[in-house]
Amino acid sequence: MAESILEIDNVSRVFVQNKSRVIALDRVSLNVKRGEFITLIGPSGCGKSTLLKIIAGLDTQHKGNVRLEGEEIARPGIDKGFIFQEPRLFPWLTVEKNIAGDLSLRRPEIRERVAELIELVRLKGFEKAYPKELSGGMAQRVAIARALLRSPKVLLLDEPFGALDAFTRSHMQEVLLEIWEKNRTTMIFVTHDIDEAIFLANRVVILKPRPGSIRGIVPIDLPYPRKKASGSFQELRVKILSEFEKVDEPEPESNFVI
Amino acid sequence: MQGPAQETGAPNRGPGFTAEALSRLAGRKTLLGALIPVLLLIVWQFASSKGWIDDILYPAPTTIASAFYDLVSSGTLWDNLRISLARAAAGFVLGGTAGLALGVLVGLSRRSEKVLNPSVQMIRMIPHLALVPLFVLWFGIGETSKVLIIAKGAFFPLYINAFIGIRNADNKLFEVAKVLEYSRWTTIRMLVLPSAMPNMILGTRVSLGLAWLGLVVAELMGATSGLGYLMSDARQFSQTPIVFVGIVLFAAIGKLADTGVQAVERRLLNWQDSFKGQ
Repeated sequence: MAESILEIDNVSRVFVQNKSRVIALDRVSLNVKRGEFITLIGPSGCGKSTLLKIIAGLDTQHKGNVRLEGEEIARPGIDKGFIFQEPRLFPWLTVEKNIAGDLSLRRPEIRERVAELIELVRLKGFEKAYPKELSGGMAQRVAIARALLRSPKVLLLDEPFGALDAFTRSHMQEVLLEIWEKNRTTMIFVTHDIDEAIFLANRVVILKPRPGSIRGIVPIDLPYPRKKASGSFQELRVKILSEFEKVDEPEPESNFVI
Repeated sequence: MQGPAQETGAPNRGPGFTAEALSRLAGRKTLLGALIPVLLLIVWQFASSKGWIDDILYPAPTTIASAFYDLVSSGTLWDNLRISLARAAAGFVLGGTAGLALGVLVGLSRRSEKVLNPSVQMIRMIPHLALVPLFVLWFGIGETSKVLIIAKGAFFPLYINAFIGIRNADNKLFEVAKVLEYSRWTTIRMLVLPSAMPNMILGTRVSLGLAWLGLVVAELMGATSGLGYLMSDARQFSQTPIVFVGIVLFAAIGKLADTGVQAVERRLLNWQDSFKGQ
């Protein structure tokens, strides 16, 4: 049994806006095993992106703590690779320079690693292209390669394929699984798309809003690659949807703190 | 697994920088750009030959051309032009570098902005012509006062554009820099300065233009050499053709320098994805 690489321990996060308090996360706890692919799914406001930013160290105003390999996370870093909703490439750099970042392409080991990653994300031939020449899916792949160059312990993805059309999204999901299969980097993937969540994950973590907390965790035991049209896939879909339907019952007043 | 069709094969390298493509582009653009001046010349020459316009106030293009020829062959033109070019270059480098450096400092540091910017803005509002007698008083009528006047003109466009360019850097990219653990210096080098580049190049073009224009103002005060001196001397003796030679040269050299910077701009900013007119 693989050990935990990430321990989320009673994390709470409150946002104060114009005299109203929103409990984005309420004592969320979760253990993620090394090499796992976890998807966080839930409607808007359930705190999934907030949780991801806390894991990344981009948000440090929370209670409770998150530990990566036993050490508390206090700031962002290359060990927690982050893929945003937009690719956020540097427009004045070519694909290969975007991936290399502040590491010099003059070093042969960097050149090699960048070439490997370009091959892995299937962008061979585009090394010298500028971001303005890339489609959304291609740009995201560059962003993924950029994060992977640093050999992160965990890769955090915040609805990375949300802006893409359905076909590109499917293709990118396959590419991501390929990358995961090769590297076995622990993945934590936020989405609001149930199919995407089931297609990718070992475990689907369902979050509910107001206050943000874990409603349930559904393990997905299907072998990869999964077929969205298959019976077992659809069964899981129904199972997860019904978790949401349980969630939609009206909340007792006392849970909503103003 | 085959990706979407657009991804097979490497992309076309965009507007080609091959010599052939460039000359094609330059040829047609120059033709269109030359349309108005050439038309003007033709009408002018025609009107002059018919005696419709006063020869002293508006000498014919042919008269201007022969004055030009005389100046060139006597060496006078180059002697004076050389001095003007040197002054403009010195002033531009002095003022431009100072403007760039200060603009970057003020852009990067809020504290510097609060301390320095108000003073800079005040100095900006002092008109050139008001400063000329003051500079002459302080620095004499030699080269120093002239170069300083030009430098003052070249300072502000680069100052303001460097400042604005830096403040325009995209916040979203700063988050990326944090995740990639970029140090403060690396962030400045890899994110802030490159994203300020379009503004800085614009600032350079404007500074260059103002330095060149500032030359005339500088050379009006007790100058005994230079293109501006040549023109004001000719004006005193009603040698209008020479004045026109000066005007044409000013325009031509200024345009040439601007075109040079634009060429550098195209190269440095070929990554930009912005609207380029229809």
